[in-house]
Amino acid sequence: MRIPVSWLAEYAALPADLSTADLDAALVECGLEVEEVDDLRARVTGPLVVGRVASIEELTEFKKPIRHCWVEVGEAEPRSIICGARNFAEGDLVVVALPGAELPGGFRIASRKTYGRLSDGMICSARELGVSDDHEGIIVLPEGTVGEDARAVVGLDDVVFELAITPDMGYCFSVRGIAREVAHRLGVAFTDPAAKAKEEPATGSQPFPIAVETEGCTRFTARAVHNVDANAESPEWLAKRLVQAGMRPIGLAVDVTNYLMLELGHPLHAFDLDALSEGLTVRQARPGEVLKTLDDVERRLDPEDMVICDATGPLSLAGVMGGQSSEVEPHTRNVLIEAAHWNPTAIARTSRRHRLSSEASKRYERGADAALSLLAAQRAADLLVEYGGGTLAPEVADIDRRGPIAPITIPVDLPARTVGVDYERATVVAMLEAAGCTVDGDGDVLTVVPASWRPDLTDPADLVEEVVRLHGYAHVPSATPRAIAGTGLTSAQRRRRRVARALADNGFVETYTFPFVSRERADELGLDEKDPQREAVAVLNPLDDAAPLLRATVLASLVNAVRVNLARGAKDLAVFEEGLVFQPAEGWTEFDVVALPVSKRPEDEAIEAAIRRLPVQPRHVAAVLCGQAVPAGVDSPGRAVDWADAVEAAEVVAEAAGVVLETAQGEAAPWHPGRCAELRVDGAVVGHAGELHPEVCARLGLPRRTAAMELDLTALPLPDLAPAPVVSHFPATLIDVAVVVDEAVPAGKVEEALREGAGELLDSLRLFDVYRDAKLGEGRKSLAFKLELRANDRTLTNEEGVAVRDAAVAVAAERFGAGLRE
Amino acid sequence: MSTENEAGLLQPEALARAVKDAAAAIEAAADLAELAAAKSATLGDKSPVSLARRAIGSIPGPERGEAGRNVNAARSEITAVYEAREEILKAAEAARVLREETVDVTARTPRRREGARHPINVQMDRIADLFAAMGYQIGEGPEVELEWFNFDALNIHPDHPARTMMDTFHIADGKGGYGSNMVLRTHTSTVQIHTMLTQEPPIYTVAPGRVYRTDEVDATHSPVFHQTEGLVVDKGITMADLKGTLDHFAKSVFGPDAKTRLRPSYFPFTEPSAEVDVWFAAHKDGARWIEWGGCGMVNPRVLRACGIDPDVYSGFAFGMGVERALMLRHGITDLRDIIDGDVRFPAGLRVEE
Repeated sequence: MRIPVSWLAEYAALPADLSTADLDAALVECGLEVEEVDDLRARVTGPLVVGRVASIEELTEFKKPIRHCWVEVGEAEPRSIICGARNFAEGDLVVVALPGAELPGGFRIASRKTYGRLSDGMICSARELGVSDDHEGIIVLPEGTVGEDARAVVGLDDVVFELAITPDMGYCFSVRGIAREVAHRLGVAFTDPAAKAKEEPATGSQPFPIAVETEGCTRFTARAVHNVDANAESPEWLAKRLVQAGMRPIGLAVDVTNYLMLELGHPLHAFDLDALSEGLTVRQARPGEVLKTLDDVERRLDPEDMVICDATGPLSLAGVMGGQSSEVEPHTRNVLIEAAHWNPTAIARTSRRHRLSSEASKRYERGADAALSLLAAQRAADLLVEYGGGTLAPEVADIDRRGPIAPITIPVDLPARTVGVDYERATVVAMLEAAGCTVDGDGDVLTVVPASWRPDLTDPADLVEEVVRLHGYAHVPSATPRAIAGTGLTSAQRRRRRVARALADNGFVETYTFPFVSRERADELGLDEKDPQREAVAVLNPLDDAAPLLRATVLASLVNAVRVNLARGAKDLAVFEEGLVFQPAEGWTEFDVVALPVSKRPEDEAIEAAIRRLPVQPRHVAAVLCGQAVPAGVDSPGRAVDWADAVEAAEVVAEAAGVVLETAQGEAAPWHPGRCAELRVDGAVVGHAGELHPEVCARLGLPRRTAAMELDLTALPLPDLAPAPVVSHFPATLIDVAVVVDEAVPAGKVEEALREGAGELLDSLRLFDVYRDAKLGEGRKSLAFKLELRANDRTLTNEEGVAVRDAAVAVAAERFGAGLRE
Repeated sequence: MSTENEAGLLQPEALARAVKDAAAAIEAAADLAELAAAKSATLGDKSPVSLARRAIGSIPGPERGEAGRNVNAARSEITAVYEAREEILKAAEAARVLREETVDVTARTPRRREGARHPINVQMDRIADLFAAMGYQIGEGPEVELEWFNFDALNIHPDHPARTMMDTFHIADGKGGYGSNMVLRTHTSTVQIHTMLTQEPPIYTVAPGRVYRTDEVDATHSPVFHQTEGLVVDKGITMADLKGTLDHFAKSVFGPDAKTRLRPSYFPFTEPSAEVDVWFAAHKDGARWIEWGGCGMVNPRVLRACGIDPDVYSGFAFGMGVERALMLRHGITDLRDIIDGDVRFPAGLRVEE
């Protein structure tokens, strides 16, 4: 809402010395957010005066017609000025920028020679002055004194505040509402603009037959003006205010309705009375009805829409926008002014359904003042008669279905209890009255009837806000926070941090990506046609139509960050991300949408039934590595990233999470089928790690041998209370053992067998060599392990050590036919 | 060599000369190898003092005692010279080895990759720590939400104008249309509802988390961003408690000079509602008030929807942007630096953890 200070000052007695900054602060304290302060006085600097065109000489030797004018500007001699516009005549009053003036956009005026003549100033258009977008010609003033400053005449002597109005302050979509607030804040007098008209009571006959057939129309009032020049030019003061408020003057009838909407917050509509057939009916739209609204859009109406019709059908989308067939035209002589009030919810729905937010719908949705309808119609009619001639028809239509405003009861101490300020009873009453409420009751409870313009006030809490707001938020004290007997982070929250910290400490950079992925990503990742990840959760209104799905794995979006870094020249990367992934709940589309109540707590069963439709949203962590794991340097040839780096990243996570990962040969997209480790905890698969499939790398533009891992953090069990380890103080017995097995036997399985066979005396076991040789036999390999044996209560003898080794090998031999290599 | 000659070695003058010659030979040794040769010549089997010891048997018994003492004295003297020299040469040798092993410590290639956490996550952890220290719990909730949690329970009913204020990502239903009744949460206020549905007051919870709105990416907007939600529900909670908590929070984020200012505003889930401005002394363009977030007293309608009696309990709630605070604190002018995934940003911005 744009509001010029001069308009505000008409209804709020602003102190003469009130600075723009003070007014700004006062507006903010009211809850009116100042989005912009537009100081029109600063738009044009330097001399800008009213001039009279003394003579015009038409210059015809140029490509376009040019006028050389002599213009009186209140100096001894007229000035010579060149002008390209043609919409003025000798004797007209115009606005002249003299040399030294600077127009918006940094356009400086100077004396110069052009078209062979001296141009000693400029005759200005409204657009050149930044007054409006009107560039059809220069401004011709209806009145003015030659030589005087022209800023006041064209409306450049004002400051305009642009305010953001919150949904609960619909009444501040008007000068009336803002002036009331500002007057209270500054402690100055408020004059209600509604008092400008005298309301006449409804008459037995109507100016035009009107029938209201829908409950959604709370009030419908109308007045008719006959033989009026509906398209007369609006008076300058009115046009100026419309322009300052950001609207374009069109013609008297429309301008007047717009002007009153801005001043009173009550929308109005002007019909061409002669275009109406038989009578008006206000009703719900019928299925299949169509209306072409003023914005030139043909709209298919819904039975929930309300329409104003005549015998030909719908004329206007009630409360939202008029239709083309009945709008005021250049030839209009008879006008029907309508000022109606509508159910806010119905208007909100219609506005949303048709994606049509108008100045009228904005106000009706938030609740216009229904008490003002007839007054607004009356004032519109008065202004039409005053500036457009014609006569006001004596008939007054007022179909009024307003109910009484429901009173609210509020304990008088509720504001004090809620806010922590000891408001006196008198203060509470005074603030509520300042909000326009009628306050009754002398006990502990007040009965409060809100003002007709405050439909937002329905609950005691709303009244509490009015008290603290109108008394001033600045008076709310700051109480020292209470300390609570808390329990700190949960185990899962601590684990989440440890995991991220551990990866960072191990050389991974944390990043996060938007979870939006393309439909093609599944193919790029090489997912099987039947992979459940393809059944992704979809966003209905994505910002990027190419990425409408929510990721089912972190890797699906994390690769985007890798690509950004590669594109910026990075070569060696190790990144990770932890976050939620989204997997549709099985069969969710078959579950009913459960409507949960808000008036009371929903039953647990209802909540459970409702959330069955929610996607499963586990927390995953993923890492991607490419390039060099160890960079080549002065003492090392470097080492390229390989599959084992990814497995190790998973182990970093597992270690931080306090779980032991079991690794097995795996096969899953997007990994290399031969270089993928399946990761398990307690037998359950929790993720994968390894080298990415070469085709995946090619499709995603990742370097060959890029490695990655992804773990489901949510699936990792939180470790139980761990028993302390027994630390032996006896020396270890070291034994190496090399076993020969078939190529197909995984080292991990052999290791498992050795561990089992070695039993309790095994302290540690480590694979240190894999060896292949013709002597071992075709398709055989030798795996060499270092065993560290230790007892808690004695030094082991060599015999004991050998016995443990033999026991270990025996199990491996039994399972895999492993032979001890000699 | 004749016995007589050997006996001559026992003469004091001869011993003195042997000592003198030996000392000269030992002192002349330039390194440990030469010293070993000198040792062999001066203390070895064929050295004068060893020969002299052997000659003792050839002289008369009564003289042997003194001769033995003389030879021993001479030998001790030579040994002392030797040991002194050996110590010097060993020290020199050790020094030489160290000298030769000297490297250019600046000629080094890092052997480990540098890792880092993302500043946004670190910032959220810090906020969680602050409130955990005040006894709060850290709350969580899903990012895809039922509309009831994101809107209805927060007093944003289907026709509420505020539903159009929020630019919401809707989840497609099974047929690709509206009707899933699910959205990507537009605020962390959803966690308020989860908390109140599952816990009895007193409730002291803070919930840092990721939220979504349909804003195109520019220098100050992102469709994916982070908020910190706070919720307190207890007996006798007032707006003054809210203000005090925000002041404490502001000091932790913006420094000890920070203070807050409340401006009337509107949120359906709080009544009264306020915008919070914070006085930020270290702003790069000079100390000033900056917009920080929204807050208010929990609307009794919200308490009722969660089964909490508003006649017994009251509460406050607040929601602050995480990105904005980070940008202000560190003078970041373009939000895209935070969100575009470039590893140089987290690696370059070390935020205290």
